[in-house]
Amino acid sequence: MQASRREFLTKAAQGAAVAACGGLIWAQLLRQEAAASVLALRPPGALAERDFAATCIKCGQCVQACPYDTLRLARAEDDAPIGTPHFVPRDIPCYMCSDIPCQVACPTGALSPELKNIAKARMGLAVIDTESCLSWQGLRCEVCYRVCPVKGEAITIENRSRVVSKHALFVPHVHSQACTGCGMCEDACPTEKAAIRVLNPALVQGRIGSHYRLGWLSDTPITQDFKPPEAPPAVGPAVTEPSAPKTAPGMDVLNQGIDP
Amino acid sequence: MSAIPLSTRRAARLYTPPATLAGKLHDAGYLILRRITQVGVLLLFFGTLHWGWQVMGQPVLRGNLSASELLGVIPLADPFAVLQQLASGHALQATVLLGAAILLVFYALAGRVFCSWVCPMNMVTDLAGWLRGKFDLNNLFRLQRGTRYWVMGMALVLSALMGVAAFEWVSPISMLHREIIFGVGMGLSAALGIFIFDLLILKHGWCGHLCPLGAFYGLLGNAALLRVRFDDSSCTHCGECVRVCPEPQVLNFKKAAESGMVTAGACTNCARCVPICPEDSLDFALRWDAHPSPGASQPRTPNSTVRNTP
Repeated sequence: MQASRREFLTKAAQGAAVAACGGLIWAQLLRQEAAASVLALRPPGALAERDFAATCIKCGQCVQACPYDTLRLARAEDDAPIGTPHFVPRDIPCYMCSDIPCQVACPTGALSPELKNIAKARMGLAVIDTESCLSWQGLRCEVCYRVCPVKGEAITIENRSRVVSKHALFVPHVHSQACTGCGMCEDACPTEKAAIRVLNPALVQGRIGSHYRLGWLSDTPITQDFKPPEAPPAVGPAVTEPSAPKTAPGMDVLNQGIDP
Repeated sequence: MSAIPLSTRRAARLYTPPATLAGKLHDAGYLILRRITQVGVLLLFFGTLHWGWQVMGQPVLRGNLSASELLGVIPLADPFAVLQQLASGHALQATVLLGAAILLVFYALAGRVFCSWVCPMNMVTDLAGWLRGKFDLNNLFRLQRGTRYWVMGMALVLSALMGVAAFEWVSPISMLHREIIFGVGMGLSAALGIFIFDLLILKHGWCGHLCPLGAFYGLLGNAALLRVRFDDSSCTHCGECVRVCPEPQVLNFKKAAESGMVTAGACTNCARCVPICPEDSLDFALRWDAHPSPGASQPRTPNSTVRNTP
């Protein structure tokens, strides 16, 4: 009896140990796989990466629905968790179909049906390497600006004058509130390696923090403090030319006798 | 403890492969059918994706074995993958839930047929098993066949802990069909690993001991209507069926005699045993068409009494 109980306990402990070892290795594999998530560009409407990773069943129906062969299921060697749909804009960008067929094909809701307008998609954010951008060097390029499907909003061209004898720069700027991350700019960029690239916003975007106030952009309470107090409502006939008061705080003997 | 005393049974004859080609084809019938459905399903996916196969203007079969859409309307989904996703604590769209429900009902009726009639990994492990027989290789270690149920449980626990479908993320089966259908990559190395494991390390190692998907369908298969029927009166206990069965523990003569069929859910309905039986004691039947043999002990559960009443 003793021996069999001892045997049972040993067996149970050993079984638990095998399960724990296996579980730890398995969990480590999952963590490793998930680490590539941050590099992947997802189809339009994709949920936040953690939710997307959990709800995407890796069936490839979005890939099949894409008329431009933009989307691919990640293979083990790609920079995305294996089997999940992603795209590489420099190969084929997203051409932003207005009927969003990839999202319609998704059976799980990993590509959210709440996205109705493709211009509201946020697949990534274009980032410019100003050191290799032709426009930033002083050449007239602006290709990214011209191919951008939300031209004038996602990418604008700013004109910067320089010293005499050098012509002005016409430099592109990306605006995150309008950029869909479609990657047409990255695809079209004429430099050897694209000087404008679409990345996961989480990799490049900072955050100002709520304690900074850009006073010139809004009426903040601070500027209100410096407004002059409002004049008391006028009583009786208005005085056209106010004269200096006879007495006022701060008047003393030195002020006397100079009144006309 | 057989139903009919061994002394009164006929002497056992072993299976002799037929000499004629027609006989060989007849005996390989189910095997050929299984290969046709396995390759056929992959081909439907592949043809729809790469060659635009359509029926009445609708794509034939879009997606892959994880989730798909048949003829543009009927959703299908791997119920175990969906279960893991739900375990990870995420809500899913109705489409995929309906698809999972459809296959859940199908496999609950048809038994563990996914493993032997659909899963592409079956071709890999069958090849390993066939080669293993040619070279007469030994197992490196022993493993309980119940291990897979623990792996299955762990897949659900890890899904809940890690917030992603734990087996789907590392599934060599998914890597295999995904890469056959959508483009070949390094995922095929997982299938190679399983081939080597089954060939050199453990007989029926993956499908019979470890695969949590097979474990899931095995649990589901306990309810199956489609069964291998067993006729105890003609059986000589020659053991040929047990020799070819990839899940030999399901062929328990005593249990089979009592219920007139193979009852274990782990049976994949692969039908290897059917043509090899020299006495034709085995064939496919629906659950209610299987009757205990006259000499077998009375069924124990009231359910089976009701079921076996004509």
